[in-house]
Amino acid sequence: MTSKDCFREKIVSRGVISELRSICAKILCLTQELDYSDDDLFAIHLAMEEAVVNAVKHGNKRDPSRNVIIEYDLNPEKADICVTDQGRGFNPSSLADPRVGENIYKTNGRGVLLIRSYMDSVEYNNTGNSVRMVKLNSKYARV
Amino acid sequence: MEDIKPRISVYYAQNAANTTVVTLADEKILDDEDIRALEDSIMPLIDGPVNLVIDFSNVHFLSSAVLGLLIRVSKRINENKGRLKLCSIGPKIYDIFKITRLDEIFDIYDDAKKALNSLK
Repeated sequence: MTSKDCFREKIVSRGVISELRSICAKILCLTQELDYSDDDLFAIHLAMEEAVVNAVKHGNKRDPSRNVIIEYDLNPEKADICVTDQGRGFNPSSLADPRVGENIYKTNGRGVLLIRSYMDSVEYNNTGNSVRMVKLNSKYARV
Repeated sequence: MEDIKPRISVYYAQNAANTTVVTLADEKILDDEDIRALEDSIMPLIDGPVNLVIDFSNVHFLSSAVLGLLIRVSKRINENKGRLKLCSIGPKIYDIFKITRLDEIFDIYDDAKKALNSLK
């Protein structure tokens, strides 16, 4: 693996979804350069979208003066992305399962389920205001 | 002047009573603004006992926020004694429905023709 095959950066951005989506688009372009499959790109895109929206809406309570920090470490083997907000955090294990009972008719509460389903590893920090998501390159895994 | 992009195209089915087919125009549906615009376009169409088919053939990416919109639309249709059918959902988007188990509460068809036939 050469340094050309690795992209690493920490970006501190205003907590504005449109600005954060531009960063997500950049990360997607880089993972595309690293030859991730369409399915992997779809998964990374969806997980980043859900994480960023959660950070702004639930974490920062839509306060644009609060920042969202996106850190990424991308290489041909895996995409490691961390999204941190400046909110009080939450306990991810206390979330109701949106697939069960009456929850299925709720209009929200599916973002974390999708992140967990599409990424290979998902970890929250102790405060619950930072999520680290890892996607393994499915093409690389087959080599 | 900024172009105004239609969010949906609408046609009224000839061979299925009180049925409207809405085709989503956007390839990607994410923004709150997009979702609000969609909701504002769809809700007036279901203000009565109508059946609605939503065609996803143009949609290649959506987030969980769109699922929330579909549930709101579904509730309104049920209140008005209508029926909602979804169709032409590509495999990647269909996986989102399966993971969230929404494939179990929405009637999903391969294409608009099959969805319309189910309403006859």
